[in-house]
Amino acid sequence: MAVDDRLRLEDACGSVPRDGVTALIGPSGSGKSTLLRCCNRLEVPTAGRVLYGGEDVATLDPLKLRRKVGMVFQRPTPFPGTVRENLQIAEPSISEVDAVSVLERVGLDASFLDRMATELSGGEAQRVCLARTLATLPEVVLMDEVTSSVDPAQRLGLEGLARSLVSTGVTVLWVTHDLDQMRRVADHVLVVIDGHINHAAHPSTVEQGAPESVRAFLAGETQ
Amino acid sequence: MTNIGWSGFAISLLLVAIAIGVSLWKQLGLERSIAWAALRAGVQLFAIGLLLQVLLRPGVSMLWAWLWVIVMVVVASFTVRQRAPEVPGLLQLALVAFGCSAVLTLGVLFGLGVFQLSVRTLIPLAGLMIGNSLAATVLVGRRLVEELRDKRDEIEARLALGQPANVAAKPYVRGALRTALIPQIETTKAVGLVVLPGAMTGLILAGASPLNAVRVQAAVMYLVLGSVATTTTVIALGVQHRLFTQDHRLLQVKSTSSGR
Repeated sequence: MAVDDRLRLEDACGSVPRDGVTALIGPSGSGKSTLLRCCNRLEVPTAGRVLYGGEDVATLDPLKLRRKVGMVFQRPTPFPGTVRENLQIAEPSISEVDAVSVLERVGLDASFLDRMATELSGGEAQRVCLARTLATLPEVVLMDEVTSSVDPAQRLGLEGLARSLVSTGVTVLWVTHDLDQMRRVADHVLVVIDGHINHAAHPSTVEQGAPESVRAFLAGETQ
Repeated sequence: MTNIGWSGFAISLLLVAIAIGVSLWKQLGLERSIAWAALRAGVQLFAIGLLLQVLLRPGVSMLWAWLWVIVMVVVASFTVRQRAPEVPGLLQLALVAFGCSAVLTLGVLFGLGVFQLSVRTLIPLAGLMIGNSLAATVLVGRRLVEELRDKRDEIEARLALGQPANVAAKPYVRGALRTALIPQIETTKAVGLVVLPGAMTGLILAGASPLNAVRVQAAVMYLVLGSVATTTTVIALGVQHRLFTQDHRLLQVKSTSSGR
């Protein structure tokens, strides 16, 4: 598919298992984020289909799809207002109990509810963004390099959150270009290079049977 | 009635000379621009004046006045597009905006008998309505495009939560409308306190009673307020409609490559 007249993905074929964390890994500009955005119809492919539960997402109500397939972006995007108000934007009828519960899921306590969301640290803001997404009770969470703008301590915390989501039955699709992170977070790996999904593997055996382009990328990352 | 004659007009050119003198004294480099602006203003005003003299003759058909209004709407729309080239589809939107404003505001003024419909009332009032709405119309379009471009991440985060496009866009549309409307609101609030406005001044100079001049001026201020509110709303909703798809995606908003 093309965005801004530039081909971002071509012949990208792959599947994301229902269980666990699937990492989309590849160099910057390889099409990982574009692929992710096709999953919740923030982008629409110029050719081909994205299937969710066997159904073409193009045939689904985009608003209902996005409630089921939530997304957390690379840069934290807290909305103006308190954390409570941010959660209410996601779910207007959210109760105080549910708001506290969803904050606890992302490792924040109830005192955050009345704090101004735009005054939080990067890691805290990203957790609020995840809590906001979880307030819609999604089945899938797309996480687009969510640790790239936070400090290393917060990075591990967010990785842990992704793993904990999986234990509650949520499917996670995690975009990264960091091999070490991939190994810590992922149960499955899809390697995206130059707009193609070149390889699918388990994180511990991702080099095995990989095409030359994938091995070159992996070698470059591990040096 | 005040008649300054050609000698009065010539003497008033001294004021242009003062502006040119200041530019020379302070080395601003604006002498040619000032002279050109004064010449253009003079030529344009005289051209309009000659045309109005023909149109305001007794027995001239109202059709010509309506045609003049249509020309003003078209010229204003092209001007808006020229000032805000980064706003997609602005020419068509401006045509609709000024058209809606003309129907609504002039409909109230003439339909409800505030003014009697004639060539002498239609052309100046339409001119005031369109001319005073231009800046706000440009501002709302530019501001909204800027917001949709600069706050793209935030807007997509709203869309990703399942918000429909019109709900996701609402805070930014609201902000752009407030930015465009507030200057006119402030102008309306300050009228008569800081400066005597043009319509009232013109009427008094022409010999009208101050009380009548004030009533006309107030009606004109309300006309402009209503027009600004209408044109900016049409533009804002139109830009929103153009920049979001039917399936609630935000299209790429191009950066401006040339300013005003």
